[in-house]
Amino acid sequence: MAYVAIADRDHEQHLHDPQTFITKYIWSQDHKVIAIQYGLTAIAVGLLAMGLSVMMRLQLGFPESFSFITPEEYYQYVTLHGMIMVIYLLTALFLGGFGNYLIPLMCGSRDMVFPYMNMLSYWVYLLSVLVLMVSFFVPDGPTGAGWTLYPPQAISEGTPGSGGGIVVMLLSLMLFIVAFTMGGLNYVTTVLQARTRGMTLMRMPLSVWGIFVATILGLLAFPALLVAAIMMLLDRLIGTSFFMPSMLTMGVESEYSGGSPILFQHLFWFFGHPEVYIVALPAFGMVSDVLATHARKNIFGYRAMVWAIVAIGALSFVVWAHHMYVSGMNPYFGFFFATTTLIIAIPTALKVYNWVLTLWRGDLHLTVPMLFAIGFIFTFTHGGLTGLFLGNVTVDLPLSDTYFVVGHFHMVMGVSPVLVLFAAIYHWYPKITGRMFNDTLGKWHFWLTLLGTYSIYLPMHYLGFLGVPRRYYANGITEFIPDSVQTANAGITIAALVVAGTQIIFFVNMVWSLFKGEKAGGNPWGSTTLEWQTPDTPPKHGNWGDELPVVHRWAYDYSVPGEVNDFIPQTEPPHEGVIVGREHGVKH
Amino acid sequence: MNITALFIALAGAIVLWFFLMRRLRTKPWIEKGPIDAKDGAMGIPAERVGLWIFLAVVTSLFSLFAIMYTERSGYADWRPLPDPQLLWINTAFLILGSVAFQRARGAANRENLNSVRVNLTAGGIFTIIFLVGQLLAWQQLASSGYFLATNPADTFFYLITGLHGLHLLGGLWVWARTTKRVWGRFDSYDVTQIAGVRLSIQLCAVYWHFLLILWLALFYLFSST
Repeated sequence: MAYVAIADRDHEQHLHDPQTFITKYIWSQDHKVIAIQYGLTAIAVGLLAMGLSVMMRLQLGFPESFSFITPEEYYQYVTLHGMIMVIYLLTALFLGGFGNYLIPLMCGSRDMVFPYMNMLSYWVYLLSVLVLMVSFFVPDGPTGAGWTLYPPQAISEGTPGSGGGIVVMLLSLMLFIVAFTMGGLNYVTTVLQARTRGMTLMRMPLSVWGIFVATILGLLAFPALLVAAIMMLLDRLIGTSFFMPSMLTMGVESEYSGGSPILFQHLFWFFGHPEVYIVALPAFGMVSDVLATHARKNIFGYRAMVWAIVAIGALSFVVWAHHMYVSGMNPYFGFFFATTTLIIAIPTALKVYNWVLTLWRGDLHLTVPMLFAIGFIFTFTHGGLTGLFLGNVTVDLPLSDTYFVVGHFHMVMGVSPVLVLFAAIYHWYPKITGRMFNDTLGKWHFWLTLLGTYSIYLPMHYLGFLGVPRRYYANGITEFIPDSVQTANAGITIAALVVAGTQIIFFVNMVWSLFKGEKAGGNPWGSTTLEWQTPDTPPKHGNWGDELPVVHRWAYDYSVPGEVNDFIPQTEPPHEGVIVGREHGVKH
Repeated sequence: MNITALFIALAGAIVLWFFLMRRLRTKPWIEKGPIDAKDGAMGIPAERVGLWIFLAVVTSLFSLFAIMYTERSGYADWRPLPDPQLLWINTAFLILGSVAFQRARGAANRENLNSVRVNLTAGGIFTIIFLVGQLLAWQQLASSGYFLATNPADTFFYLITGLHGLHLLGGLWVWARTTKRVWGRFDSYDVTQIAGVRLSIQLCAVYWHFLLILWLALFYLFSST
């Protein structure tokens, strides 16, 4: 039977070409436009979150100098900074942005399989962002419960935003989950169903693998956040006691009784830990592709990389309680979760080794995306190793409420994914816009960002060892905290200001290059994967012109011995006399 | 009991890993040429795959609610509510709905237009009766003093049955569109046109069976505490 790719079969149904400006750029069903919409929205809201972190740093570095930052506002900044960065920026940009852009192009399909739902996904996401912004305008401001929104304080009187802010926050999260589910169904189904001819699962670039598995994690884990949000909303609005124990608030006995805050923590972290990998796995995948391309070498251990992604995805569902060692749960529970946490370090370490071995004796091109990717290896290893400390119950107990944790998770979950995002933006910018960015500006951006973030987060580990508590508005005069801590805090703040300012270079570069950058051509990096083989750059609606590409080889044929070029695109047929696969009975 | 659950989970993981590995053990750097992907998924319509993935999400959602329900029911202030007898009648209607959808699916495969029309319509109506019955059950509970916020047991009951009902409503939206097409522009003599809605009917049937099984599980959960 003749093989017809699904993307072709449904051709007439899916691809009604957009006619007007509105259907082309606003109510667009084209995955590339939706990806850019997702990306720009996420970056915009991420800038806001970065602004909030600058405010926090100003307060911590120079306490009592900024009278407009009150303790209540400080907690609101903490909460929104965390929530926006983790969910509205990282999740949305990796999956909604890069997932949308790369999956159809890398799999060789014309679009997502459900374009209409894809469009809805973006608009519901935008709505969730707008609802979140509303919380700045409700009477008592946004919630200040911390990004984990732990009850009881999240909805108890006295916590900033316990009146309207928390309600708006929960509604916004629920909308986000709806949006994510619509997008996620698309990403998974497209990977499973709409790959072009010859694109077997094991020929997919690792970017697609990372995004694919991360989306599955998200689809299964976000319901936990939804359940938690619904139940907490009911506690707050109609006075049920799912999570709320009986207690005295402001000297008055509350109307709640009998609920369990720990129950919320279990739900939250059953979502929250997979969430770490929802962000990390796409980063792992994309960094692998950037490293292989710019090292002109096949990724080391492709199969093991795929297995590691799958294994990390599966294991990420059984480690959640390592966030709860100090919650007073059963110590045997802690033992179990410490074990699984250390086990998940195995596939993760395997990936790090493979990245390093990919660089080993490669023909390294130190382009801007490559620099960011190598920077990621450093920051991720660093953050991963401190994670091993914190994964052990006895080490975690004294460190849990200190700046060590802040340093750890910003290194592993803040800086590392963001470096990959920069690597990815620089790497795919020529395809998305058709123009090259400015190399010098890009390198300035990289070095200032890498060194700057190190100067922010390395000292925090040391502060943690000293026992400086996190979550505090100001340390005041405390016997065990030496004066030098204040000096360190001031230094960290200055570094943070530098890093925040550095991002201006990035935006200037992106906008300037959009109009004045050199024309990039179709494949400026000499890449093998399908997205660089499109007939037009940037790709037009439908991606591939008249005929879908046919895939003849895996995604990493770089520097193959005896070849003229140091890369062979996936679409290139095998040459005469070359061994042709195992269905011809050739044993290897 | 926990040990058993752990063991089953472990065994399941090993089996899953085994099947996964069979697919993920090829050596892509050796194979050349446009070999066809051998995944079973390729021949299946995208909508069907999408539906199954969605069902996995729904399963995750309700499983988490069930776990929360079980956990919370262990606390001292839990006051279980009596299950209205009406729920048994409602269950019967939902089963009838599922049967009707299954018959509609069979009729669509046999291209029997009249049977498709009758069964599809009946399936929807049975479901609407189920939903009305659920509302009546809520009313009965409320009139005997079990309000939304009286006790976590009550809240859970309203919340979970409500969410289940919402999922049925979503299904009814698709049902309404499909039914309209089946009754509307079809020429009774040109039965081949059924092919155009066959997939919708099949997917409706799958969705209804799923929501029936889900309801039976939830009903068991409610009556077990």
